[in-house]
Amino acid sequence: MRKNLSLLILFIICKFSAFSQETFHENGVKDKRPDYYLFKNATVHVDGKTTINEGWVLIKGDKIEKVGKNFDYPKTTQVMDMSGKHIYPGFVDIYSDYGMPEIKRKPGGGYYNMEFKSGKEGAFAWNQAIKPEVKADEIFKVDDKSAAELRKIGFGATVTHQKDGIARGNSALVSLNNTTENEVLLKSNVSSHFSFDKGSSIQSYPVSLMGSVALLRQAYYDAKWYTNGGIGSERNLSLEALAQNMALPAVFHGKSFLDAQRADKIGKEFGIKYILKSGGDDYKRISEIKELNTHIIAPISFPKALDVEDPLDAEIVSLTDLKNWEMAPSNLAVLAKNNISFSISPSDLVDKSQFFGNIQKAIKLRLDKNTALDALTSSPAKALKIDNLVGSIKNGMIANLLISNEEIFDPKAKILENWIQGNKFVINDLSLSSVKGTYSTDLSGFSKLEITGENEKPSIELFENDSTKVKATTTRDRNFLTINYKKGNAGLVRLSGYITDKKINGDGKDADGKSFVWNATLNEDSKTEDKKADSTKKSSEEKLGEIIYPFTAFGNKEKPSKEDFIIKNATIWTNEADGNIQGDVIIKNGKIDAIGKNLASAGLKVIDGTNKHLTNGIIDEHSHIALFSINEVESVSSEVRQEDVVNSEDINIYRQLAGGVTTSQLLHGSADCIGGQSAIIKLKWGESADKLIIPNSPKFIKFALGENVKRGNSPQVPNRYPSTRMGVEQVFTDAFTRAIAYKKEWATYNGAKVKTGLTAPRTDLELVALVEILDGKRNITCHSYVQSEINMLMKLADSLGFKINTFTHILEGYKVADKMKARNINGSTFSDWWAYKMEVKEAIPYNAAIMTKVGVNTAINSDDAEMARRLNQEAAKTMLYGGLSEAEAWKTVTLNPAKMLHLDERLGSIKKGKDADLVLWTDNPLSVYAKPEKTIIDGTIYFDLDKEAAKIEDLEIEKNRIIQKLLAEKSKGTPTVKPTARPRRDNIHCDAILEYDGVSVEQLDQFLENLNK
Amino acid sequence: MKKISILIYLIVSTFLGFAQNPTVGKSSGETIIYTGAHIFVGNGVEYNNGSLVIEKGKILAIGDGDLSSKYPNAKKVSFAGKQIYPGIISPANSLGLTEIQAVRTTSDFNEIGEINSNVRALIAYNTDSEVIPTVRSNGILLTQATPEGGLIPGRSSVMYLDGWNWEDAVLKADDGVWLNWPSKVTNSFNRTTFERESKKNENYNKTVDELHTFFNQALALSQDDKKYDNLKLTALNGVLNGVDRLYIQAGSDKEIIDAIAFCKEHAIKFPVIVGEVSSDLAISALKENNVPIIIPSTHRLPSRGDSEVWEAYKLPAKLFAKGLLVGMQYNDSYWRTRNLPFVAGNAVGHGLTKAQALSMITLNNAKILGIDNFVGSLEVGKQASYIVSEGDILDMRTSKVTNAFIRGAEVNLDDKQKRLAEKYNDKYGIK
Repeated sequence: MRKNLSLLILFIICKFSAFSQETFHENGVKDKRPDYYLFKNATVHVDGKTTINEGWVLIKGDKIEKVGKNFDYPKTTQVMDMSGKHIYPGFVDIYSDYGMPEIKRKPGGGYYNMEFKSGKEGAFAWNQAIKPEVKADEIFKVDDKSAAELRKIGFGATVTHQKDGIARGNSALVSLNNTTENEVLLKSNVSSHFSFDKGSSIQSYPVSLMGSVALLRQAYYDAKWYTNGGIGSERNLSLEALAQNMALPAVFHGKSFLDAQRADKIGKEFGIKYILKSGGDDYKRISEIKELNTHIIAPISFPKALDVEDPLDAEIVSLTDLKNWEMAPSNLAVLAKNNISFSISPSDLVDKSQFFGNIQKAIKLRLDKNTALDALTSSPAKALKIDNLVGSIKNGMIANLLISNEEIFDPKAKILENWIQGNKFVINDLSLSSVKGTYSTDLSGFSKLEITGENEKPSIELFENDSTKVKATTTRDRNFLTINYKKGNAGLVRLSGYITDKKINGDGKDADGKSFVWNATLNEDSKTEDKKADSTKKSSEEKLGEIIYPFTAFGNKEKPSKEDFIIKNATIWTNEADGNIQGDVIIKNGKIDAIGKNLASAGLKVIDGTNKHLTNGIIDEHSHIALFSINEVESVSSEVRQEDVVNSEDINIYRQLAGGVTTSQLLHGSADCIGGQSAIIKLKWGESADKLIIPNSPKFIKFALGENVKRGNSPQVPNRYPSTRMGVEQVFTDAFTRAIAYKKEWATYNGAKVKTGLTAPRTDLELVALVEILDGKRNITCHSYVQSEINMLMKLADSLGFKINTFTHILEGYKVADKMKARNINGSTFSDWWAYKMEVKEAIPYNAAIMTKVGVNTAINSDDAEMARRLNQEAAKTMLYGGLSEAEAWKTVTLNPAKMLHLDERLGSIKKGKDADLVLWTDNPLSVYAKPEKTIIDGTIYFDLDKEAAKIEDLEIEKNRIIQKLLAEKSKGTPTVKPTARPRRDNIHCDAILEYDGVSVEQLDQFLENLNK
Repeated sequence: MKKISILIYLIVSTFLGFAQNPTVGKSSGETIIYTGAHIFVGNGVEYNNGSLVIEKGKILAIGDGDLSSKYPNAKKVSFAGKQIYPGIISPANSLGLTEIQAVRTTSDFNEIGEINSNVRALIAYNTDSEVIPTVRSNGILLTQATPEGGLIPGRSSVMYLDGWNWEDAVLKADDGVWLNWPSKVTNSFNRTTFERESKKNENYNKTVDELHTFFNQALALSQDDKKYDNLKLTALNGVLNGVDRLYIQAGSDKEIIDAIAFCKEHAIKFPVIVGEVSSDLAISALKENNVPIIIPSTHRLPSRGDSEVWEAYKLPAKLFAKGLLVGMQYNDSYWRTRNLPFVAGNAVGHGLTKAQALSMITLNNAKILGIDNFVGSLEVGKQASYIVSEGDILDMRTSKVTNAFIRGAEVNLDDKQKRLAEKYNDKYGIK
């Protein structure tokens, strides 16, 4: 019964498959060939788990007809003896762009010359990076050159898609056969694909990673709205396609484990479980990757070995790069060990010939061979639900078979043939007989000859006796050999030989041109040399370094953990009514438990605070560290969230811990009137990005005024609205007018008793954030300089019914302090910045002191990765300029920013029950001579001066260990690349733009111009 | 003092309007003895309760205790409880050459072209800059007005932070030629990774060769007595005949080593390296060739992700320990230069003594710039250019400069920012 059924299925499929050829007209007579092939007596690897010894595989046309042993087969079958050989299912790459058209980037919008419209004509999405309507099956073309490269390394089929854009459209399953598209295309709409990279889109938006996240989220909301009735108001083929594609497996392209987490977060919002294309660094945070509980498509390309011979050049190589070079090949084994479902894709491998070498590297690092095979066959097929077509050797499946002489992952293995859709491709000539060995010969003057090297490219040495030999130049053309040699001072002797079983017979011409005949006979006992290679293979198992969190210099081998302890006899800056007191502080379970003199220390770890100062951790109200993006580029960009782009690996986290900072508000930049939503983090060095964010932290958003939003420093007239302060006011008025209408629209919909016939309003992420502001649920931090526009925004807020929480920078705050005070607006400013642009020419360092004295809650912030590590010194400048008291000065970087972030219930003073975010200083914390000795967050010591020296030493030892390994690698002959300094991540990202680490608007513009050249 | 500044504020606001700087200090012509202060001589010596005697703009005497009996005719001024320091010297700076950083029309430090050895910062130095008074308020009395950009940006001059015009303010005109040593790496943009990448500068050797040629040609030309009309080449004469400094800004240790070898080959008498250095190889090259170094502010991020967190803070102590002559510049924006004493002070928590930190920005900078005969320390015969503070000037917590003197004339420490503060304090009734 079962057989009948499978035959039936086979019949249907065959019929279908043949269909494509059936419709084509023939020029000449029909030429149908017998198409049964039987592969006999091979080791048949059905998949990674099942093997049939002495197995048979019968194929008919492009399908597998039968797999088993000793079965009947049709008389017309062409039978091939495969004794001693291995048959595998052809490999499957599910992350390919094989046969896709080349993507050409056209010049697009710059920073000052923005492009607002999509470059794609038709009824498609507003943004060119959203193109779910692209269908791989329609644009696919057979490309035999690329196919041949993949066939050579064992692939028989790929799932291919166009790797361009954020929503990239659908893929198709195609074989790597060299026939027509009609035959090669096996299945359409296999999966839908996504990324964070806008690709060839000429539109300026999105410029940032967080903008990509926002754009994709909005597209999903739009698609939902569209199918729920939105179609009535506009026709949109992209949204239609996106909605339809929801049924398909979705694959998200990530460049790192951080991308994987980011994609997963989007998936959760819309009920999608993305399959994740990984950047190959999953091992860095494997437990977080495991938590995602999804299929990973892992690359098989590894970092190149670095040339570290010159110690001065090698200085620039980072620990991250060194460790990644060492550990990246173990990524697959780590995935396997953690029982994470994964497949292997060669798509990132530029030089495809490295494929097997890399797999063998991974196997050496304990990747199980069967798992590796599964990851190339059945796992990818299952992941995209094409396991009924490819990925194993079973009845009815596509006849993609791989034939090798040895087990496929054995270093000596060679792929002999790669059958694709029943079509044979010879990879290494199976029929070529072996010539290697030692032969006795009658060649004049020689007793024996030895043939070594590769079978196709043998090399020959002629022996006069055991010690005297002559090397000959040799070429082989199938069974003919051409041999030339010189003996002594005589001229060249030329031989021509024909290889037969264990014998070579030939003609020759000596140096004088005289002809002769010769022959050589194989000595039977000489075929031993190959076996020697085996013993050298068992080299000792490679030892790898330890994972560190984060995966960068100064990372921790173990994540620091919470402790209960007492800090004794310190000068405690309470920031409370008590002021500074001499005494002890007890920390329990991450909280401040007690403050007083001579507290009992039984059972607690004791830290001596004698002659030291204990304070709260510094809170930086305005920071841009630990972020992958700073700015988006639309005048209203409230939809973007810094929380989507937190970078847990940023070394600045550690540097600022060493400067006593424990909490930072990561703000959007000031490119836009309404910027993105803040992330408020604690600097828990080593934790993953999501765990840095303070749970349930108050919601904030960035606003901006002045030169940056009006593109005032543009060399040409910018084309984005607004370009004057007049326009800035109108942008705010417009945005909030829309938000008020939007709020009403939803209220009406939600209030309707009967919803039938009603279309739910479209979720608009931009306006959602503004409604939160109107509802008092989201606080504004507004970048501001001159009094005129500050006054404007205050008036506007009064009239539209929202509140401004903080003016940040607020360098002319001293001019409007009374107005701020009247509205209870906070001021967060620099200590002494001015003169860097027109709008700060009246900035004064007395600003903080004047605002404080008027009664404005005032903070000093950094807005700068360097300044943030000495905010204590910046606070002290409020004493120099304006004469604040020490207590007042210290609060500008602790309690006052805690208040403006609405976190003063938990942070900002040393009080029982508050978070144990503390710094123990060597000196008065306001002094230039002070440095943090311990920085504690939630009762966990994240920076310890006492351990710093050991940390630096460990770093040097670890780097040197890997450098030694690299040197050994180079002397082995492994190709290396010269290290080049990688510019600091702080100032390289295309989206890390403004007011940050010296990266200016001008640099961004240049950057984008380069990008679009 | 406060009364004076209010008075000046009134005068200025009434007659001149807000935008003007206060008037230039005038020397009284009297012999004056300042007593009661803690004096930091600048060379490591300190007098707990010292006397400083000034005559004709120069230091007549300095010593411990009250010396007024020795100078009965001198006018006696008590600075009891205060601290006296030599005026701070700020090398390699664009203060006075630009007013508003982002506004190109106010910028006068970067001439067109790669080789500008002939251009002089001296005449672009604007004594009326409103930024200058804010910088001297923290004790900086001298700045080296320095051109930037290209391979050879031009010539610097050492200027006082007070004066009617550049002629009046100059201490040392055209003190040296500046050279931006070529970089061994160039930055490019990788379109596949969307990241900037550094690559080896293939033109490095070529550019260095061009420099050799340029210096050789300048030397050849200098042998001729006749006035020659190649402005660029003859501008090097002072450097080649051992009068002027050659300031070389170099980015990496290998470049510094190359630059020192270059100077040796061309027998440059006074080369100065401006930059940071980390390897023992480059440090010993400096040491062996007696080349001083002006290092950037401590307030900068570590050079690489793997570098020690406090690498920049620790560098001064490291170089002092190696016996180098080390000065310090404020390499960030000119308007922030008022922080120069603090960035020097920041090295103290990281291995440097306070005396060494002070010397970096006073006597060492003076020696490196070749002005130590006039300034840099409070020694007899030197110019009376010094500051008076209520507390430690290296620490922002305590620093409070109350008086400053340039060549014996008291400087008016008012500035635009103080006036704005006064104006709004007045508005809000803040005392």
